[in-house]
Parts: sequence; C-alpha cells; structure tokens
Amino acid sequence: MNNYSEKIKSVLTDLGLSLLSIVIALIVGTLFIFLTDKSPLDAYSALYIGAFGNFSAIANTLWRSTPLILTGLAVALPFRAGLFNIGAEGQLLMGGFTAGVVGFYFTSLPAFIHLPFAIIAGMLVGGLWGGLPGFLKAKMDVHEVIATIMLNHIAIALTINYGINIFRDTGRPATPRIMESASMFNFKNIMDYPLLSNLPFAELFAQPAIRLHINFFLALIAAVILWYLLFKTTLGYEMRAVGFNPDGAEYGGINASKGIITAMFISGAVAGLAGVGEVLGTHLSFMQGMDAGYGFTGIAVALIGQTHPIGVILGGILFGALAQGGLEMQFSGIPSEIVMLIQALVIFFVAALQVFKVYLAKRKAKGGVE
Amino acid sequence: MAREDNYILDMQNITKIFPGVKANDNVNLSIKKGEIHALVGENGAGKTTLMNVLYGLYDPDGGQVYYEGNKINLDGPQDAIELGIGMVHQHFMLVDPLTVTENIVLGNEPRSGLMLDQKTAKKEVQDISNKYGLFVDPDAKIQDISVGMQQRVEIIKTLYRGAELLIFDEPTAVLTPQEIDELFEIFRSLKEQGKTIIFITHKLKEVKTISDRITVLRSGKSIDTVNTADVTKEDVAELMVGRQVLLEVEKTEAKPGDEIFNVENLNVKDNRDIPVVKDISLSVRKGEILGIAGVEGNGQSELVEAITGLRKIESGKVELRGKDITKYNAREIKREKVAHIPEDRQKRGLIMDFDLKENIILGYHDLEPFSKNGIMNYDNVAQYTQDLIEKYDVRGGGMEAQAKNLSGGNQQKLIVAREFSHDPEFLIASQPTRGVDVGSIEFIHKQIIDRRDNGAGVLLVSAELSEVLSLSDRIAVIFEGEIVDVLKASETNERELGKLMTGSKAEAGGESNE
Repeated sequence: MNNYSEKIKSVLTDLGLSLLSIVIALIVGTLFIFLTDKSPLDAYSALYIGAFGNFSAIANTLWRSTPLILTGLAVALPFRAGLFNIGAEGQLLMGGFTAGVVGFYFTSLPAFIHLPFAIIAGMLVGGLWGGLPGFLKAKMDVHEVIATIMLNHIAIALTINYGINIFRDTGRPATPRIMESASMFNFKNIMDYPLLSNLPFAELFAQPAIRLHINFFLALIAAVILWYLLFKTTLGYEMRAVGFNPDGAEYGGINASKGIITAMFISGAVAGLAGVGEVLGTHLSFMQGMDAGYGFTGIAVALIGQTHPIGVILGGILFGALAQGGLEMQFSGIPSEIVMLIQALVIFFVAALQVFKVYLAKRKAKGGVE
Repeated sequence: MAREDNYILDMQNITKIFPGVKANDNVNLSIKKGEIHALVGENGAGKTTLMNVLYGLYDPDGGQVYYEGNKINLDGPQDAIELGIGMVHQHFMLVDPLTVTENIVLGNEPRSGLMLDQKTAKKEVQDISNKYGLFVDPDAKIQDISVGMQQRVEIIKTLYRGAELLIFDEPTAVLTPQEIDELFEIFRSLKEQGKTIIFITHKLKEVKTISDRITVLRSGKSIDTVNTADVTKEDVAELMVGRQVLLEVEKTEAKPGDEIFNVENLNVKDNRDIPVVKDISLSVRKGEILGIAGVEGNGQSELVEAITGLRKIESGKVELRGKDITKYNAREIKREKVAHIPEDRQKRGLIMDFDLKENIILGYHDLEPFSKNGIMNYDNVAQYTQDLIEKYDVRGGGMEAQAKNLSGGNQQKLIVAREFSHDPEFLIASQPTRGVDVGSIEFIHKQIIDRRDNGAGVLLVSAELSEVLSLSDRIAVIFEGEIVDVLKASETNERELGKLMTGSKAEAGGESNE
C-alpha cells in the first residue's frame, strides 16, 4: 500500500535531516578546531575511527550507547503519555545500587538465579522510584517534573552519599565487588564459553579492549517491548491518547491514572536497567560517578529519537559514538574542551533541526487546512 | 456582468498553491464601493485563503489585486491596514486584561510625552462609537465584557486605523440571535457611512438578510457572483455544494415511546466552582428529540458533561431506562449504549494527532473485535474504518491521515460515524453541526433523524436556534442554568424562543430591551 511507502519516505527524510545536521555541526566545529593548531580533517578522522574505525571501536560505541538508549527510553515512554520524566538519573542510581548490593551480598547463589535476581531487583526498585511520582501525579496532581527532580536528590543522597558508606570495604567510593555469579556476560570473554566460541566471528569479540556486554541486547529488547506496548496494545493506545489530548481521552472513557502510573513505573524500571547494566556489566560494583549524567543525557536522546523507541536506539548510538570517538580525538591531541564542544554542537544541531522540522510540519498543516 | 468603474477592490485570477492543494484556483472577486458583499463557500472552499491574500498574509502564486483602481502588492497586514483594509477575525485579537480603549489604540497610541494620552484616546474611541452606533464601554476590561461587545471593539479597532473596506471572517459564529441582529444594524450603519464590507459566512439565511451581492467559492474556484435579490437560499446552496441540497430537515411526526432518560434536580458547578446547572429536571422518551435552546454559557456545556460522566454532579439523579447512572463514569455510560457528540470536536471528540482509524475506535478500543486481552487488532480496525469512512463519506486522506488534517465537516462526520455505529439507544448531540459545511449539515441532520426513527432518544443541544427548531420534537429553553420552559417545537418560533433564552418570559409581548 502507498501508506507504507509514505511511511518509509518520512523515516528516510528524518534520517536524512539528522545526517545533514551532523554535517552542519561538524562544519561549524571546524572553526573551533582552527583555534588549536590541529587540522580539522585529522580531528574528524580521529572521531570517526574512534567510533567506527574497527570492530572493537564499533563494539565500544555500542557499549557506551547502552545506558543512553535505556535512559532515552525511560524519558520517551512517559513523554508519549504526556509526562516529562526528569528522574531517570535517580531511577538509574536506585536500580544500580540495588543490583550492586544484591550482587555482592548473596555469596552462594548459582548464576542462573543470582544474575536474574539482581537484574529484576534493580529494575523493580527503579520502577518504584519512577512509579512513585507517577502515583503522586495521578492521585494528587503533583507535577511530575518537581517530584522526579526531588527524587533525584534523594536517590543521590541515599545511594552515593549514604549507601556506599554503609557497605564499602576499601578506600574506593564504591560498594564491594559483585560476585562472579551476578555479573553480566562480557563479549571479550566469549572464548571461555564453549557453546559461543564455536559461533562464526566469535574470535572477533575476544579482544581485551572490547567492553560491550549483554546489557546492550537487553536495551534493544526493551526498546522493542516498549514499541510493542505503545503501538500494539490497548494500554499503549490509552497512554498515547492521554499524552496527545487528556480531555479527548477522558471523553473516550480512558482512565488517565492507570496509564500515568504504568508509564512511570515501566520507565523507572528501564532507567533502573541502565544502572543495573553499569553495575553488573561495566564497573562490577556500584561506584560514585557511574551515573555520569546518563539520566539527563537521556532526555536529549529521547527527543532526538522523536520519542520513538526505535529512534531512541539510533539517538543513543549517536551519543555513544560521540563519546567513544571523542576519546580518540583527545588522543590525537585535540583538547578535551574542544571535543566536548563538538559533541555539544552535534547535539545542538540535531535538536535544532528537529525544531525546524516541527516548524515545517506546522506550516504545511497551516497551508493544507483551508 | 459588465465591468464597472466603481470597484473598490478587484481581485483577478488569484491562484494560491499549497503543497498538494490548489487553495485558490483563478479566483475572481470584485467588490463595489459601499456594498455588503457576502463571500460564501463550504469549509475548505478557499475563502480564508483568499482573504489572507488580500490582507497580505499570503503571497499569491498568480493573479493581481487592484484596490481603488491601482494594482497593489502587499507585504503584510501593515500594508493592508495602511491602504484602508481592515479585518475582523473570527477569533478576536484582543488583550484581555487591558481596557477597551487601550485595546483599540494599541500600536497607534496617541501620546503625551512617553505616556499614553488616555483622554484623547478615549475621546477618539467615543467619537467612532457614536458615529457608527457601536456601543462600547471605553473603560471596561476586555475580560469583563460580552462576546458581542468584544466584536464591536474589534470593529472600532479597524475603523480607528482608517479602514474603508472591512472584512468580517464568520462574525456571527460566536453571537446570539439578538447580537446577530445588532451586528447587522452595525453593518447597515457602516454602509450608510460609505464603508464597504466583505462578509465571509456559510449561513445562507444571513447572506439573504444582509448582503447586496454574493460571490460563491467551491473547491478553490470562484463559481459565480450574483445579486442577492435575484437568488433564493436554495440557489446559493446549490452553487456552494454543486448539487441540490435539502435545507429544510425532512422528518415525519415523532412516535415517542417509553421514557428512556430522566434527570431530576440536577446541580452542577463549573470550573470556577460556581453553580451553573440549577435544579434541572428533564426527561427524554424513545423516538423523540428533545432540543435544548439557550445562549451559550447558560449551563448547557456543564449539563452535557455531567450526564456523560465528564463532570462531577453535586446533587440530583440521572436515570437511564430507569437505572440510576448518576455515579457512572464516562466509560460505564458509553457501555450503556449512550452515544455522545461533544460540543468541541477538537478538544473532546477527537485526538487530533491520532489517525482516522485510531480515532474511530476511541472509547471502544478495548472491545472486540478491535482488541482482545489488551492487544490491539489493527487489521480489524482498518477494515472497520474503511467500511465506516465509505458509509459516512469521510473525506480527507484515508484512514492513515491524522484527524487534524480533515476539514471541520469531515471531522464531525468521523465522530458521527463512530458514535452512531454502536446502536446507541440514547444519543446526546451537542452543537452537532457547529462550523460544518452545508452538505455535511444535511447529512448529520439526516443521521440524527434516522436514529430517532429507529427508536433512540435524542438530547440535542445547539446554539443554532434554527437547528433546534427544525430537528426537535420538544424544546427546553435554558437560561442561567435553569429550564425556563418546555415547548412543543411545532407550536413555537424563533422569536418566542429568542426571548425565553434571554430571560424574558414568553408572555411579554413587546420588544425586549436587550
């Protein structure tokens, strides 16, 4: 059907616009690179090689994009239901901390119980941390932006300031290292698993520099589940109806509270999974600074991804690539400030182009209707 | 028609193309100095586009505009205003917390030093007000005055800026019958003083009452310009729609059955917590249409919201088929085979960003065959949508199009299609044809009558007196939240209803003081 081809066309236009904005950002970025004595060409080839230059670079780009995809999803889902979740940061911390504690506290569980237990516990606590402001919003009309910001502060105090100190056994500001049985599968260890080592290309993963772990795939699964929830279930239909037009949804007999609480709970669980992955896959303990502002970057990821779960995956990979490639740029002698500046420019222009697109769509609508 | 020299405005072969749409296709419009010229056409016919070209908001892709014999090229509304073209918009462009005077002089203030010269400003406003019989209170704040007076403020605003040609974009849509009469008085007085008026509307009765000549647009083309005296309403309707249209509602005598819906001593408050529905009692029988006539803002909206589960009921009782449904929520009421066409289709009736197939199941999305166990079945929905948009002739891009891209008439037909397709036994229709074109009005009216003839009870709320009169079997008049009288439709008329609606009792024989 031609609807189908039209959809593909609009997706391609979207992608084209995003690529265009990245190119514009890089052109503007050259001005700043000229401030240093480096050549922009060298700098950008470093950025590209760092992010996509070889197999391990690509794997690490995906590794860095994992928490961003998850926090992006955690912002995108409530956004569709008309809510602005600023609390992914706190939900991530609560989820990560819980997983970290479960990970080291239980010493004699088999892996097939310990790992799922730690993941589910982390997601559950993250979910409650997100569900609470959802509940307050639905039942008492407490604005979710204020509630989630406050819960961020409480989460930081509870986990980083207070939680770590209860459990820490070394000078490091971190909880004790998790048990082997709670750690997520790291691809660099692929050869240790006879079943997996026989897979084609398995040896490509067996590089010590590769940090990609299984949480990336959990993030992809989460995105697909959220896409299904939003676009294929009655609950998703109701959430989107409330998000677009609460009065219309009310007229349609839709109970907004249910959608709000569910959306915020799921979003908290997904943000929690971002923290879980950082603890069980990346750092192997809950440590200060592991959140790295992912919860806030997730807002940008969600908006660049048009709050569509699949768009969020692409947005997360863009940010992951900038982080991973930026490192290489720094190695090539570009000051880290300029690297950060170029990252910010890319984000800025991608976001600005979205605004431009919305403007175009509005103008088109204005012309079309009478 | 022979060319005459006394055209104040001559728009020739205006073409304006939007992506995918020719909004204006070689449109011609010639306005004589000092006439009242009606510009009519269905929604989407290109009236607004044409006026936006004239007002300098759009650049035409082709054609010329002559004003007082000179070819003009407008860069924006400021140019139009300088030439003496003024526009009274459908949605007023007023600043609520400022006074009438301040709003009128805004942007053109007489000054004394750095300050606004209040005295001069007020005097100038009063001069214009007296000259044209436009009564306003110069010191009142916009937020405190009636819609009719706000409109007069808009008119004075254009006159203050020296308008010779005044464009009115659907000015009667927001007015009560009495206010419409007053507006037409103003039109006549403006005409006497030599002003020229372009009057955009799709209400044929008004066209006949007030205009000298009529230009009809259809699908972006100018179809004809006629002298009002030479044509009937039916002629104009045919020109607008392109086929014969039934302006009078055809219906047979109602055969009322048992009582289906009953309200007793209902009390409801508005958003500001002020009681707006006071002790209302009503009943509707199967197979009859009960119309509620009233000036907007007299509690109709809140009454409808209360009985559809969208607003809290303070006290009183609502019964459906003898069953107490006072405490039911919107979903539960829907499940009792109650259909509801809400007064505001954009705020309530549709999710504008949803496509047609998502909209056509709103409120029924959790029922089979549209979904099962919480999983949507969009294949079934698509099939269902396809059937309904064919049956109800909903045009505008097919089922994947967003509701916001449909014209008002098609949006309304979409709602009617949804609400009428679940065998409603009780139907609440609130402003069912507001802002809807002639062809769609005919269709929607016919659907409502059909429902009645199938034995459904209908509660019709409309600010359009002629609609209430022609559709209803009985009419309840609401004023300040109370039902002042219930009349048989066949035994009353617009005049009597108009008086009841403004609070004067039917017995009062003379002219009302309003």
